Amino acid sequence: MSPASAASAATPASAARTVYAATPASAARTVLVIGAGPAGLAAAKAARERGASVTLLDAADATGGQYWRHLPASRPSANERALHHGWSTYTALHDELDRDPGCEVVLGAQVWAIEQADAAGQPAPVAVHVLVGPPDGTARRGRTFRPDALVLATGAHDRTLPFPGWDLPGVFTAGAAQAFAKGERVALGERVVIAGAGPFLLPVAASVAATGAKVLGVYEASRVSALVKGWLPKPWQLVGAAKKGGELAGYVGTHLRHRIPYVTGRAVVAAHGTDRVEAVTVAEVDADWSPIAGTERRIEVDAVCVSHGFTPRLELPIAAGCELTPDRFVRVDDGQGTSVPGVYAAGEITGIGGVDAALAEGEIAGHVAAGGSPRDADLAAAVGARRTFTGFAARIEAAHGIRQGWTSWLEDDTVVCRCEEVPYGRLRETREATCASGLRSMKLTTRAGLGICQGRICGRTVEQLIGATGEAGEASAPATSVTTDRRPIASPLRIGELAGRDPNTITHRASEKGHP
Amino acid sequence: MGARMMPSRHDPIRPRGEQPIGISIDGEPVAGVEGQTIAGVVLATGRLAWRKTSVDGRPRGLFCGIGVCFDCIVTVNGERDVRACQRRATDGDVVETQHDELPEAAR
Repeated sequence: MSPASAASAATPASAARTVYAATPASAARTVLVIGAGPAGLAAAKAARERGASVTLLDAADATGGQYWRHLPASRPSANERALHHGWSTYTALHDELDRDPGCEVVLGAQVWAIEQADAAGQPAPVAVHVLVGPPDGTARRGRTFRPDALVLATGAHDRTLPFPGWDLPGVFTAGAAQAFAKGERVALGERVVIAGAGPFLLPVAASVAATGAKVLGVYEASRVSALVKGWLPKPWQLVGAAKKGGELAGYVGTHLRHRIPYVTGRAVVAAHGTDRVEAVTVAEVDADWSPIAGTERRIEVDAVCVSHGFTPRLELPIAAGCELTPDRFVRVDDGQGTSVPGVYAAGEITGIGGVDAALAEGEIAGHVAAGGSPRDADLAAAVGARRTFTGFAARIEAAHGIRQGWTSWLEDDTVVCRCEEVPYGRLRETREATCASGLRSMKLTTRAGLGICQGRICGRTVEQLIGATGEAGEASAPATSVTTDRRPIASPLRIGELAGRDPNTITHRASEKGHP
Repeated sequence: MGARMMPSRHDPIRPRGEQPIGISIDGEPVAGVEGQTIAGVVLATGRLAWRKTSVDGRPRGLFCGIGVCFDCIVTVNGERDVRACQRRATDGDVVETQHDELPEAAR
């Protein structure tokens, strides 16, 4: 066990007394990395190379994140790499950290709160509270970390816009199809439509086809003109990204082999069925994503996988006090440092840039968190790669970003908040009746965004619907105001688990909301 | 028609062996392999929905697949509100579906 983990394994109360007393001043700098996807793995490795003592946390019971989601050790295979891009990069990172006694990897680690230095009353930048054990288990063990530096690499999840019937069983996010194809070899259906927006739809279609399902088509809402605008300007910037071109070419090859049609300017605007999806309506959409009347086509399916982009997982950066950019990613400097001293961020939470940007940012964040400088010679390759690949975020947004016209495919009875089952009509009526364009009053009146997912699925949609149909409300205000990304408790947990904690380690906000 | 697991003998990654396990869902025995999530085991039987919503009693199952949406929650060995897409199934698990009705006052 590393010195960091020995100290942090204690209960929160005793850790508060003992961490700094028991650690000699000359001891290695401690770096805590949250998230073991590409960015977090790269950060942990770079911090170790600078001599820091590293703890790497992930809520899942395996490293790799969503990008390298893979089969468990109990299901070995001869050629799992065929399902992945950069698989040898993953296995090298994993194996190196796994055999390194200076890196403790804690899996099944759900971070539920981060206290800022002022609240924690400690010299460490933050206190990180974690429950370790099976997902949602009742007997998880609490641990608290007070590292010298924290690297946040929490990634992103799918953003799926609502459409009539999207709450039917058999409608999934594209990420679900990917996770079950790679992680379990389960096909979510036999006749599958994949739709939404963004380059992620391509690998999802390839994964679904590789589980033996029939992919009837990939429908990209953006039209060719937007794709050209996003992907073609300044093509010389893409030269360094040749590897990315190879990855995309691989997907195109898969599509040709499986005869998967890739159609732009089309969207799934409705799903049909009584207790499960039986068909979808695909319509042509204009440049603003408004469906064009008369172009609707019905396709019989038993599964439809829809994602319109990604939402960065910001609850922990916000809890740590990190400033956000106007487009709501974590603001970082050239050393991946956030606005909070000692707290760094890497990967999709700083911009949806893909795996190569995540690896480069992670390496820089880990190196600097461990005491290095972004100008150190051994970081030159990572700094160069970051320059090449972070341009992808802007290109993806320009080519595939959500356009306002999608709201015209909503019906009054279309569920917007899946947890509290709030239909679009009620949101609209409430807004009109009360002139309530503020997010907080809208949530309290309709309950949209107050369910068990804590607004992760519908939050930004509700904000957008208020902005789209009402007067300028809080949704357009800067990130420092009320937004659905703000959660006092970073993940749902049981009241009993809170009750079992040392009261001194829980801020007053913690008691406001527990597990429903 | 529906979800199913890729048959090992057809899988191009050439699986090298799986350990069969058995769980039950609402008393009905279901077979899976070690390392699958509860959602994976249930989906592979072709069953798409296992929760009923509180307000309208609508069927729900897997949606996000990565632990974000909480649509897939079940009771596992008496523990409520466990995300079926996150919890690995272990042999003998007793899984019960959930339908949490609203309290009288909220209807």
